[in-house]
Amino acid sequence: MRYLPLEQAEREAMLARIGVPAVDSLFAGVPADKLLKELPNLPRTKGELEVERELSNMAARNVAAGSVPFFVGAGAYRHHVPATVDHLIQRSEFLTAYTPYQPEISQGTLQTLFEFQTQVALLTGMEVANASMYDGSTACGEAVLMAHRLTRRKKAVVSGGLHPHYRSVVETLSHWGGSHVVALAPDPTGTEDIISQIDDETSCVVVQYPSVFGTVRDLAPIAEAAHAKGALLVAVVTEIVSLGLLKPPGEMGADIVAAEGQSIGNGLNFGGPYVGLFATREKFVRQMPGRIAGETVDAEGRRGYVLTLSTREQHIRREKATSNICTNSGLCALAFTIHMTLLGEAGLTRLARINHANAVSLADALAKIGGVEVVTPAYFNEFTIRIPGDAQKTIDALARKGVMGGVPVSRLASGRGEVRDLIIVASTEINTDEDRAAYVKALQEVL
Amino acid sequence: MGMNTQGRPTTPDAVTSAGNEAHTFTGNRGLDHEEALIFESGSLAKTGVDLPEPKSAETRLGGLARKGPIGLPGLTEPETMRHYVRLSQRNYAIDTGLYPLGSCTMKHNPRLNEKMARLPGFGDIHPLQPQQTVQGALQLMQMLSAYLLELTGMKAVALSPKAGAHGELCGMLAIRAAHDAAGSKRNIVLVPESAHGTNPATAAFMGYTVRSIPAREDGTVAAAAVREALGPDVAAIMLTNPNTCGLFEPEVVEIAKAVHEAGAYFYCDGANFNAIVGKVRPGELGVDAMHINLHKTFSTPHGGGGPGSGPVVLSDALAKYAPVPFVVRDGDGLRLVEDAGDAEAQGQAPFGRLTAFHGQMGMFVRALTYMMSHGADGMRQASEDAVLAANYVRAALRDLFSQPFGDQPCMHEVLFDDRFLKDTGVTTLDFAKAMIDEGYHPMTVYFPLVVHGAMLIEPTESESKDSLDLFIATLRDLAEAAKRGDVDRFKQAPRLAPRRRLDETRAARQPKLRWQPDTARKEAAE
Amino acid sequence: MALERFTQDHEYIRVDGDIATVGITVHAQEQLGDVVFVEVPEVGRSVKQKEATAVVESVKAASEIFAPVSGEVVETNAELTDNPALVNEDAEGKAWFFKLRIADTSELDGLMDRAAYEEFVKQS
Repeated sequence: MRYLPLEQAEREAMLARIGVPAVDSLFAGVPADKLLKELPNLPRTKGELEVERELSNMAARNVAAGSVPFFVGAGAYRHHVPATVDHLIQRSEFLTAYTPYQPEISQGTLQTLFEFQTQVALLTGMEVANASMYDGSTACGEAVLMAHRLTRRKKAVVSGGLHPHYRSVVETLSHWGGSHVVALAPDPTGTEDIISQIDDETSCVVVQYPSVFGTVRDLAPIAEAAHAKGALLVAVVTEIVSLGLLKPPGEMGADIVAAEGQSIGNGLNFGGPYVGLFATREKFVRQMPGRIAGETVDAEGRRGYVLTLSTREQHIRREKATSNICTNSGLCALAFTIHMTLLGEAGLTRLARINHANAVSLADALAKIGGVEVVTPAYFNEFTIRIPGDAQKTIDALARKGVMGGVPVSRLASGRGEVRDLIIVASTEINTDEDRAAYVKALQEVL
Repeated sequence: MGMNTQGRPTTPDAVTSAGNEAHTFTGNRGLDHEEALIFESGSLAKTGVDLPEPKSAETRLGGLARKGPIGLPGLTEPETMRHYVRLSQRNYAIDTGLYPLGSCTMKHNPRLNEKMARLPGFGDIHPLQPQQTVQGALQLMQMLSAYLLELTGMKAVALSPKAGAHGELCGMLAIRAAHDAAGSKRNIVLVPESAHGTNPATAAFMGYTVRSIPAREDGTVAAAAVREALGPDVAAIMLTNPNTCGLFEPEVVEIAKAVHEAGAYFYCDGANFNAIVGKVRPGELGVDAMHINLHKTFSTPHGGGGPGSGPVVLSDALAKYAPVPFVVRDGDGLRLVEDAGDAEAQGQAPFGRLTAFHGQMGMFVRALTYMMSHGADGMRQASEDAVLAANYVRAALRDLFSQPFGDQPCMHEVLFDDRFLKDTGVTTLDFAKAMIDEGYHPMTVYFPLVVHGAMLIEPTESESKDSLDLFIATLRDLAEAAKRGDVDRFKQAPRLAPRRRLDETRAARQPKLRWQPDTARKEAAE
Repeated sequence: MALERFTQDHEYIRVDGDIATVGITVHAQEQLGDVVFVEVPEVGRSVKQKEATAVVESVKAASEIFAPVSGEVVETNAELTDNPALVNEDAEGKAWFFKLRIADTSELDGLMDRAAYEEFVKQS
C-alpha cells in the first residue's frame, strides 16, 4: 500500500525488538472474542487511477454551479476566488500543520490568525474577534449561549429574518436548563415588530443582516431597545461581502457578531467546510468561545504570536469552559485572510458594489415578468420574489431548463403555507448579462 | 483553591546563550524571513484583484450604506504570494517531519484526497441547489456512511457534526433525546479523569453534572469503579477507547454491560480509532454512540487547526434520534431529509439540527478517497503499523524513559511521565522545546492530566523504520543529556526555531488580540 | 492580632471581629505560576462555606477560590483585577481577594492554623 512505508521484514524486526511474536500480541488488551478475524467487508486496496475514476464518475452526476446560470444563495454564495488563494492554502506547511500549540514553530499559522482576527474585527465594526468557529450557524448558536452567560438570563428572541436552519441550530443548542427561544414568524420584508418581544428576561435579540430574505434594515433601534432592557444584540451575517458596502453591525450597537465567512476565499463545497466569524466587544472577551491568537514577545524580545486566554477553553477549564469547541476552521480562515488581503479595501468595496448592481439589475428584470413581485424593499446581493405558483416546483422546472434560480423558502421553512410562493434569489459578481437574460427567459417559460 | 492542572513556566527564562548567532541587518536569517503584518505593509488603495467598475451606481440599501473607510489593507498578487509563502515557512508540518502529537493522529495526508475534493462536481455545488442536481454528492455521503458503519459495526450515522467536539455534542444530544423520550430526568454523566477536555465540556454544555471516575494503577478504568458510580441519576458514561493513556480498556465490555443495566448509555470518544480500524468494531463492544474524527483517522488535513469533521455512529437504541439532515433512498434516487416533519414521516425522532447545511462535504470526499485507496486490507494494515510503531518507540525507550503504568504493550500511542527527569532540572516542557532544535515537533505534553509531566507519543503508520530509528536515537540522546546535567540545551531551547520561547504570561496579562494603529506607532517611537 | 486560619484548598482567612479577609497562600501562587487574571465576586453576594467565590488564572490553569466560611461579601480587592501579578508578588499581603462578614464562626473550628497548614503542605 503506497501510503505505508514499513516493509514486511522491517515489521518483523520491529516485533523482535519489542519482544512479541506477532502484531496481535500488541492487541492483548482487546477481549479475545472481540478481535476481528476477518477483514471488513469492503473492497481491497486500489491505485490512484481506479479511485480517481470511481470518484470522478460520482462527481459527474452533480451539476456544478459554475456550469449553469446560478442564483442560489441563502447562506452560501458563489464568488470568484483568486487562484492564489487555493495555491497558498495547499502549501504543505499550512495544510498539514496541527493547531499551533508549539508557537515557536507555528508562527506562520499564528500570525495569519492575528491578521484574520483583525480583519474580522474591522469588517464587523467590533473590537475583538476569535480565530474562527465551524461556520456561521454554530457561531450563531454559540453567540446566544455567550449572551446567556453574560446576562445570566435564558431567553433568546429570534427574528423571523434569521435563516431557519440557523434558528434550528440555536434551538438545538439551547433547549435545556430553562433556556428557551422565542422565534418570530418568517419576515421577508423586515417589518416584524421584534422590539415589543424584548422584556426583562431577554438575554439577547438575534437579527440577521441582511436577512435570509435579503432584506437590509437598521439594527440601531433594536440595539437601543435591547440595551434598555439589559439584553444584548446578536447580529448574524451570512453574506460577509455585504459589509463592504453596508454599515457594519458594530456601528449600530451589536454586542456580538456571528457570521459566515465562506464568501471570502472559500468554495461552496456542498455546505462545508466553511468558516464561522465571531466578534464582540473587548469587555466580553473572557466569555468568548474558541481559540484566540495574541501578540507577545519571545525571549530575545522579538514580536511573536501565541494562542492566549486559553483558560476559557475546554482543555483547561473542562466542564467550566465557555464552549466545547476544539478544532475550528483554521484553513478556511487562512483562505479568508488571503482572499481579503488580495482584495483589500479597494477590491472589497468594488466587489460589493458589483454584487449590489447585479442584484438590482436582476430584480428589475424579474419584476417585469407578469405576476412576479420583488418583495424585499432594501437589499444587498439577494432578494425575495413572489411568483404566481409553487416555488419548489418552479425551481425544479428551472433546473430542468438548466437554470439554478434560487432557494424556495418552503425548503427552509416547511409547513408554512404563507411562504410557498417565495423564492430567495442571489446574484453575485459571477453572473453575466447573459445569465440574467437566461433566467428571465426560463422563468417566463415555466410560469 | 481548587487547581485542575499543574502550573508550569510560561514566562521564558532570561536568554543566556545566543540563538542562531548571527545578527543581520534585516533581522532575517537566511531562509527564515521576518514578515510585517499586512496592516503595516499593505495600503487601503492597493489591491491584488482587477474588477470592472459596476455598470450602475444605483443603490437600494435602505439608507444603510457604509460611511468612512473600513481600514482593510490590500496587497498586490506578488506581494500577497510572498507574504504568505514566507509565513508558511515558519510552520512545522507533517510534510516537513515526524509529528508525534499523541491523540492527534498526524498521519500523511494523501494529495489524491485534495484533488478529488476539488472536482467541480464536489467542490462547486451548493448545499441548497435542487436535489436532482446533486445525486452524486448524496451517493458519496451514503457510501461514506456505509464504510463507517461496516468499520464500526453500528446501526446509523449522523454525518453533519463539524469536528470531534461537535460529534460529542451530537452523540450526547441523541442520548439525552432517548432519555427524554423515556421520561427520564437523569442528570449525571460519568467521565474518567484521563478524558480529553472536550468530554466534560460537552456534558456540562448540555447542563449535565460531571462526575469523574478515577483510573486504576494501570491507567485503565475498572468496571467495578463504574458500577459503583452508576445509579438512577446517571445518564451516560463518556469513555475514550483506546484511552488517552494509549491503552485499550480491557473491561470495556463489562463496563458497557453495567452501563446498560443501569439504564444509561455508553458514549465512546473515537479520537483514537486509528488504533483499531479493521481490528475491533466498537459496536460489538456495546458502544451506543461514537464520533469519528475524519481529520485524524481518515487523513483529512488538520490545516493548522481545522477544519475537522466528526461523524457520529449510533446504536440501534439511538439511531432514531439522529439529527437532520440525513440521506434516504427515494424511488430511484436519493434525497435529503432536512426538517423534523419530514424526518418524523420516516419514523425518526431527530433531536434537532447541528449546523446550517449537511456537514463537511469537503472532508467526506477526502475521507472516502482515503478509505477507497487503502481498502479493507490497507486500513487494517495501517492500524497494525500504527500500533507497531508506537510499541517500537516504547521498546526502544523503556530503559531511559519512565512509563507511568509499567511496561505493557500500548495501542497506537505511548505514554511516558517525567520521573526520568527527576532531579535533572529539566521539565517536560524543556524536553519538548529541545526536540524543536533537533527538527522535531514535540509530542503531546502535560496530557493526559492524570500523569505528571505527561509525554504522549503517537508516531502513526506513516513513518518508515529509518525515520523511527532516528527519532528514537534523538530522544535517547536528549534523555542522556538531561541525565548528564546538560541543562542549558533544554532551558535555552529552542535556539534554532524562527522564535525563541514566547512570553505567554505577557500575552495573557496584557492581551493584544488584534493589530491597532496606535500601538504600532508607539512601538516605533520606542 | 487577628486570628489566622488555612484551608486544604490553600486559602488563608484572617479574622478581625466578624470580618474575614480571604486570599491564597504563597505556596498556592507558586504552584499556579504567573497569575494573569483574577475575578472577584460581587459585593453583597451571600456565599456558603466551600462555595466557589472567586477565580484565579495562570496561563495554563484556572482555579476557583472557595469561601472558607459562609458569609456575605462586603469588599473585594479592585487592585487585583487591574494587576493580577500582585498575587505572585504579595499573596498573603496586598493580594487578598475578598472580605466576608462571617455568618457562623463555628465554621472556623475545622480550619488549620499556620503550623498545621505548613505540615499539610509538606505532606502533600
